[in-house]
Amino acid sequence: MGTVIVWIVWFAAAGACLGTGVAVVSMTNPFYSALSLIGNLASLAVLFLLLSAEFLAAAQVLVYAGAVMVMFLFVVAYLGGRADAPWAGGPPLLRGAAIVAAVALLTEIVVVLGLAWGDNLTDPAEVSGSFGSPAAIGEAFLTDHLLAFEITSIVLLVAAVGGVILGTTGEKDEEVA
Amino acid sequence: MDGPDVGWYLIVAAILFGIGALGVMMRRSPLIVLLSLELMLNAANLTLIAFARQQGDLGGQIFALAVMAVAAAEVAIGLGLIVAMARRHMLLDVDQASALRG
Repeated sequence: MGTVIVWIVWFAAAGACLGTGVAVVSMTNPFYSALSLIGNLASLAVLFLLLSAEFLAAAQVLVYAGAVMVMFLFVVAYLGGRADAPWAGGPPLLRGAAIVAAVALLTEIVVVLGLAWGDNLTDPAEVSGSFGSPAAIGEAFLTDHLLAFEITSIVLLVAAVGGVILGTTGEKDEEVA
Repeated sequence: MDGPDVGWYLIVAAILFGIGALGVMMRRSPLIVLLSLELMLNAANLTLIAFARQQGDLGGQIFALAVMAVAAAEVAIGLGLIVAMARRHMLLDVDQASALRG
């Protein structure tokens, strides 16, 4: 019985994930595109929960769907009508090549998965209930992966400084223009 | 583990990655290219977390957290670039921004 419920939740989350993914790529108005990405992130968080990654599901909703997407929506609102993105343009040859490249990539991944299925992708490891909990993540992050933790903080600091510089140095040009 | 095998999650991630790649290659608005990039990063995250569950190793989840931090940094810089383009009255079209073309 429990298995059936997990399958139902999985199908709902995976369907929502792929549907909103297509919406992100195909919308003309970037505002709706960004809203679809929020739905995509939320359904991905459900899949994370099914894979017993509780902390990452929470971080996904708080950091991504919360903070990052709000920044995105602010920029779309700031740009107003200039942000509209019609599909028009681009030589048809390039468009066909893009589709061929994406389909080739997808086929490649699915074939590799199919070849590995029998040996490696069934019968997952037994994990305890605390796998993926904030305590377990914190312990792993601050012991085995301390260097990654510190480098992440530096990357975020550099990006914040870069964002401020990009946002403030354009002002003189604006007065001239 | 109840429910679907880890492989099914990987297939969802692969399709999501394909959709994102299509968006990056076909759309011309820098905003939508950035959103499609987020799709690709999240597909990679789903793969990392699926393999972490399969192997029973927390390293994959730590890697996914690091990817989230890099994605946040990338959005901050990308949006800064788009706003700078808009302030200089450039057309918001990735095909038109060719001043650095070699």
